[in-house]
Amino acid sequence: MAQRVGIIGFGQTYHRSHRDDVNGVELINEAVRAALEDAGLTIDDIDAVVIGNMDHFEAVNYVDTWSVDGSGAWMKPLIKLTTGGTTGSTLGIAGYHHAASGLFDVVLVIGWEKNSESDTTGAIITCSDPIFDRFSFSGALPGLAVEASAYIKRYGIKEEDAARVAVRDRAHGANNPYAQLQTPVTIEEVMQSPMLSWPIKLLDICPRSDGAAAVIFAGERKARQLCSQPAWVHYTAVRHSHTYFGDVDYTRLHTLEAAVQELYHHMGIKEPLKELDVVELYQPYSFAGLKWIEAMGLCKPGESPRLIWDGVTDMGGELPFNPSGGVICTNCIGATGLLRIGEAALQVMDRAIGRQVPDVNLALATGFGGAYWSDLMLLGKKPW
Amino acid sequence: MEKVELIHLRQDVDLPYHWAAGRYGSMMLRALRDRKVILGNRCPQCNKVYVPPRVVCGPCFVQPSEVVELSPAGILAGYSVVNYPFIDPETGQKRPVPYTYAYIKLDGCDNYLSHLVDETDPSRLYPGVRVEAVFRPDGERVGRLQDILHFRVVD
Ligand SMILES: [Zn+2]
Repeated sequence: MAQRVGIIGFGQTYHRSHRDDVNGVELINEAVRAALEDAGLTIDDIDAVVIGNMDHFEAVNYVDTWSVDGSGAWMKPLIKLTTGGTTGSTLGIAGYHHAASGLFDVVLVIGWEKNSESDTTGAIITCSDPIFDRFSFSGALPGLAVEASAYIKRYGIKEEDAARVAVRDRAHGANNPYAQLQTPVTIEEVMQSPMLSWPIKLLDICPRSDGAAAVIFAGERKARQLCSQPAWVHYTAVRHSHTYFGDVDYTRLHTLEAAVQELYHHMGIKEPLKELDVVELYQPYSFAGLKWIEAMGLCKPGESPRLIWDGVTDMGGELPFNPSGGVICTNCIGATGLLRIGEAALQVMDRAIGRQVPDVNLALATGFGGAYWSDLMLLGKKPW
Repeated sequence: MEKVELIHLRQDVDLPYHWAAGRYGSMMLRALRDRKVILGNRCPQCNKVYVPPRVVCGPCFVQPSEVVELSPAGILAGYSVVNYPFIDPETGQKRPVPYTYAYIKLDGCDNYLSHLVDETDPSRLYPGVRVEAVFRPDGERVGRLQDILHFRVVD
């Protein structure tokens, strides 16, 4: 019964720090209508809907039912999924599974967030164990700061190296009309921005955004029938590890290492830097753009600054990262992982207007969240 | 485009919860409250000692059988001085900053305890520095992890 699956449509909202002009249902509807229009479908063509966000940001816990009018799931099979920061990548992988099972031919996947509606850090803290982790925890930043401080000490990484990653993504974001932050920044501006949680400064870290993304997955027969160039799903890998923050080894991102090794092995990828054509990395802060590309096996530990300064990951480089501007430019959390998948699909479909990498055959999208969890989806021009 | 008024509604939610600490959590919290002792437990398969003690070692999916009394001292494995303001969901108020969030590797334990260090000058903190638990005095410990007031650097 299992079938190959392709992405045949992608829609997203104009992401902003505050989308006061829409409520959550209206925001969702904006992305859904954009995806249907992109695929040339109507809601009647959709067989099932997968939706998700991190519901403590809006404190609406019936998102699946509450949003039915906007999502188009009225009288259709519908499921809500939420896995923290990885929500968007979980959604994409679940949409793939739905279509691949053969039980549903065309599956609409929606990720969204209105981060403006609550205190982002306060809401993130409620993801932690209430007895043992919550009183000391202060959201996403400190774990990342701990990771970054251990990494820079071990390899003699400079804060300027990370700033160069932020400069890259902000430059790329200027090409993306949907990005929240579309103004480039300089190394000096990053270095002089306020220190939030050493060594992470304001311009090293993602913003908080209001936005939604919708991706349409179809089984092979329907995908060929409905789309001249689908983005075919080649492989997915998932590694979710621990419950307590104190269980994580912050010196390495074991989940990403394990997930990419599984994916490379399965796909026969020996030299990812050469064989991949573009990466949409769920990179919530600049230092991850150094350490995590080492975890991806693009270079040896401690050697990533050379790749970054040489422009290897810039537009026009050997392996461009985040042509969309990535998470540093837009972070509507429940949509963020799905935006990586949607943007990677656009690259494969040759439809990333203003931010297209030439001749993309393979595009990798990642998700990150939870207690240092990693998800991957590899998309390709031809079915695998 | 015509400028129209957009309306927000603010609601402060006061929603009390009662979380069960469970068998192992209760055992640890009782030991903190009554004896100023930090408990962990050891997995019989991988031999790792965990804090807080728990019903299962995730990687082995085996029940840690042996309860271990851990040292109140250890090293600072990682830390971050938090400078930014945010609402603390435990109180509904802004949490006072700066404060130092820390991962403590207690002697004899294999994972970290997430807690606080009473030092907010990053130049006086480094991974590997020795720290020890400062307990709240008798009569002020109520059976929660905050019965450890914080960790302090020992020179
Ligand atoms: Zn074990």
